[in-house]
Amino acid sequence: MTKPARVGRLALALALLCALSGRAPAEPVKQLRVCSDPNNLPFSNDKLEGIENKIADVIAKDLGATVVNTWWPHQRGLVKRVLNTRRCDVMLGIPKGYDPVLWTKPYYRTGYVLAYRKDRRLDVRSLDDPTLKTLKIGVQVNTPPHDALGQRGIADNVVGYQLMFDSNFHAEDYPGKLVEDLVAGSIDVALVWGPIAGYFVKQKAAPLEIVLLEDRPESGNRFAFEISMGVRKGNSELKGKLEEALARRHDEIEQILGDFGVPLLPAAEDKARHKGAR
Amino acid sequence: MKLKSSIVAVVAVVLPVAAYGQGAPAGDLMSLQNDDGQWVLPAKNYAATRFSTLNKITPDNVKNLKVSWSMSTGTNQGHEGAPLVVGTTMYVHSSFPNHVYAVDLAKEGVPITWKYTPKQDVRAAPVACCDLVHRGLNYSQGKILMSTLDAQVIALDAKTGKELWKIKNGDPTKGETMTAAGLVVKDKYIVGISGGEFGVRGHVTAYDINTGKKVWRAYSTGPDEDLMLAPNFNAANPHYGQKGQGTSTWQGDAWKRGGGTTWGWYSYDPALNLFYYSTGNPGTWNPDQRLGDNKWSMTLWARNPDTGVAHWGYQMTPHDAWDYDGVNESILADLTIAGKKVPALVHFDRNGFAYTLDRTNGTLLVAEPFVHVNWASKIDKKTGRPIEDLSKRTKQGVVTKDICPNAMGGKDQQPAAFSPRTGLFYVPTNNMCMDYEATEVKYTAGAPYVGANVAMKAGPGGNLGELVAWDATTGKKVWGVKEPQPCWGGVLATGTDVVFYGTMDGWFKAIHAKTGKLLWKHKVGSGIVGNPMTFLGPNKKQYIAVYSGVGGWFGLPVSQDLPPNDPYAALGAVGLAYKSGLNKDTTKGGMVYVFELP
Repeated sequence: MTKPARVGRLALALALLCALSGRAPAEPVKQLRVCSDPNNLPFSNDKLEGIENKIADVIAKDLGATVVNTWWPHQRGLVKRVLNTRRCDVMLGIPKGYDPVLWTKPYYRTGYVLAYRKDRRLDVRSLDDPTLKTLKIGVQVNTPPHDALGQRGIADNVVGYQLMFDSNFHAEDYPGKLVEDLVAGSIDVALVWGPIAGYFVKQKAAPLEIVLLEDRPESGNRFAFEISMGVRKGNSELKGKLEEALARRHDEIEQILGDFGVPLLPAAEDKARHKGAR
Repeated sequence: MKLKSSIVAVVAVVLPVAAYGQGAPAGDLMSLQNDDGQWVLPAKNYAATRFSTLNKITPDNVKNLKVSWSMSTGTNQGHEGAPLVVGTTMYVHSSFPNHVYAVDLAKEGVPITWKYTPKQDVRAAPVACCDLVHRGLNYSQGKILMSTLDAQVIALDAKTGKELWKIKNGDPTKGETMTAAGLVVKDKYIVGISGGEFGVRGHVTAYDINTGKKVWRAYSTGPDEDLMLAPNFNAANPHYGQKGQGTSTWQGDAWKRGGGTTWGWYSYDPALNLFYYSTGNPGTWNPDQRLGDNKWSMTLWARNPDTGVAHWGYQMTPHDAWDYDGVNESILADLTIAGKKVPALVHFDRNGFAYTLDRTNGTLLVAEPFVHVNWASKIDKKTGRPIEDLSKRTKQGVVTKDICPNAMGGKDQQPAAFSPRTGLFYVPTNNMCMDYEATEVKYTAGAPYVGANVAMKAGPGGNLGELVAWDATTGKKVWGVKEPQPCWGGVLATGTDVVFYGTMDGWFKAIHAKTGKLLWKHKVGSGIVGNPMTFLGPNKKQYIAVYSGVGGWFGLPVSQDLPPNDPYAALGAVGLAYKSGLNKDTTKGGMVYVFELP
C-alpha cells in the first residue's frame, strides 16, 4: 500500500511542478497565447489594430510562434478567470508592479497627461493652475489624476468617466470616449492616460495639446508608470523568453509606440541617472 | 431592563387588514407568515425576526438531533439565505447559476418535483462582486419570485416551475447584478440592485407579481423626484436631512455614480404600511472626490410599498471612507424602552453600531457599538451623527493602521434573530480590524491606477467572530459565544429558547437562548454562510434546515480556490482566511441539510 501511494504522491508533485512552471522546460513556444481585449483601442481590438496587437506580432515572430488571442475584456476577473485558468498565457500592457501576475522587465514608460484642444489656447501646464477650477474637466474616476484633483479640492467641475466597462457589450464606453468628448467640445480639459490621448493626436489627427503631468509620487501624485507584460505567477520560463524577445525587438517596439503617438518617458533607470548627473 | 412581554413581535403582525387600509389588498403572506409550520418569507415573517414558535425541539432533546436528509444544490460557491417551505414543498436555491429546486417533503426520499435554471448571461459572472452568492427566493399566490445574478426578475409557477414572466431589472454588462432575495409585499415584488464598485446608482424597484410590470423605482441618490421623497419627509427629524440633499451632498456629478446599492434584507410593517431597507456605500472609492455626506448612501429607509414614497431616511455613516456598506437587515420588534412601549426597528450595521429607532418616524433611541469599534467613539443621539476619530479615516495615499471594524464590518449581511421570549437579539458578528495601506498598482482596460491594499486582521482577543446576545433596549451585550472564524451565517430562534447558527468552519450549533450554553453541534460538509430555518413536516415533526456551502467575501479564498500567495486578494480576505486556517477547516460545496429528532 505504501509504495503506490508514494509513487502517486511523486507523480502528483511532478505534475504540480510542471503545472507551476507552465510548460516542460526547453520546449519552444509555438503559440503566443495572448489575453486580448476585443474592443479597447488604442491598446487592442479584434481587428488587430491596436498597439498590443502589433507588439504581440513582433514578439511572436521573434520567438518563432504565432499569436493566438483569447478575447476577454481587460477588466476585473481577467486574471482569475482567464489567465489563471490557462485560457491564455500573457497579458500585454500591464503596469510593472501589478500584483496578480508575474510581470516582465518593463518595455516602455509613459504617464497620465493633461489634454485640451489647441484652438482653446488654454496654456495649462500643471494641475496647480488655478484656471482648472473654472474649466470642465473630464477624468476617469479613481485614476491618479482624479485623486490629485480631489487633493486640490477640485470636484464640482469634474465630469467622471467610468474606468470599468464591458468592451463586449458597451464598446462605446471605452476609455477613448473621454478624448472623443474633448475633441467634440463637451469638456474643456481631459486628464487621461497618455497612450489614449497620443493615439487620437497621431492616428486621428485630433487637434490637441498634450502635457505630461509631472510625476510626484512622494506627494501622492503618481502619474508615470512602467509598462510590462504579465504572465501567470510561477511561469518564469515564459517571462524569461518574453524579456529576451523584448530586448531583441526594442527598436521595433519603439517604432510601434511612436506610430501610435505614445508619449514616452525615459526609462526609470535613465531618469535616475539624469538625477544623479544633476 | 429585560423585556417581560413574550409576544411583542407576533402581535405586531396579526393586526387586522383594515388598519393599514391604503393600497392593494394584503395578499396571502399576511396569514402565511404566522403559520410556523411553514417558512414562506425569507426572514420567516415581515418583521424579519427569524423567530418560530415551534417547540418540539427543546434544550433538553436537541442533543439527539440528527440528519434527516441532505441534498446537493449542484454548485460550489457560497450559499447564503435559506430555503422556503410552503405547504409540503421545500424550495431550494443555489449560488450562480441560481438553480431552483422544488422538493416534495411528503414523499419518501424527498424527490425533486421540478428544477429550474434561469438562462443567464454568462458574462455577468466576471463582473459580479465578491462571491457568486444568492440570498434566496420569495413565494406568494402560487408563485416563486426570484432574481438572478445577471439582474433578471423571474416569476415561476410554484407547482410546476414554469416561467410565468421575466424582466430585466438591470444591465449586468454595466456592472448591475442581483444577489438579494427582495421581498413580496401585497401584489408587488420589491427588489434591489448590486454593483456599487462599478459605479452603479442604487435603487429599489417594485414589480407587479402577476405581470412583471414595473410599478415604481426609487433611487438612493440624485434629485428628489428620483428619490421619491414624501412632502413631509423626515418631518420628525429634520436634522437627518431633507430635500435637495441627494445631489447637494455630493460634488459635481458624483451622485450619478453614487452607489447606495440595495443588496441587503428588507422588512415590512403592515400596520404602518412601511417597508424598511438600507443602502450601501457611496460610489467612487476615493472620499476626496465626493466631499459631503453623500446622501443617501449608508441610509436606513422607510418607504410606502404601494407608491415607493419615502417617509423617513436616516444616514448612519456620512461620507463613508471604510466601505461600511449599510445594507444589513432591519428587525421590527415592539420593545419597552425606559418604561415606554416603542414600535422599534433594530439594525446591526457594518460600521459596528447597533441602532434602535422608532420605526414610525426614524427617531434614534439607542446607538451603541456591538463589536470593538474605534473609527468613532459614539453616535451623537441629538444629531444622529457619529463622533469620528479622524485618525482612523482612510485617505488615498495615506497609511491608516488598525481600523476597527474592518471593511467586512462588525457584521455583514448574515441576519440576526430576535426572540420575543427572551427579548434578546442574537447577532452573528465579526471581530476583525484592518490596515489600510496605500499605493498598490492596479490595472484595468489599458490604464494603470493606484489603489489601496487592505490587510485584514483579528480584533482584540484573536477570535474572528462571536455570536452576541444583545439587548436593544439598552444597547448592551448580554453574553457572547466566541468563534474562531467570522460568524458569517444567519441565526434562528425558536419557541423553546433554542438558538441555531452555523459557522464558516462547518459547525451547525444549537445554543441556549438565555445563556449561550452549547447544546449540540454537528459538522457539515462545507462551512455555513446560510441562515437556518425551521418547519413542520407533513408528519408534523419539527425540522431544522440550513445551507452548507462556504463562501461570501471572507469565504471566497476557499470557494474560489484563491492561492495563498497574494494575501491582499479578495480585498484582503485571502491573507486572513489562510492565517485563520479556513482552508483546513472546510472545503467548498453547496448542500441543504435537514435535521430532525429520532
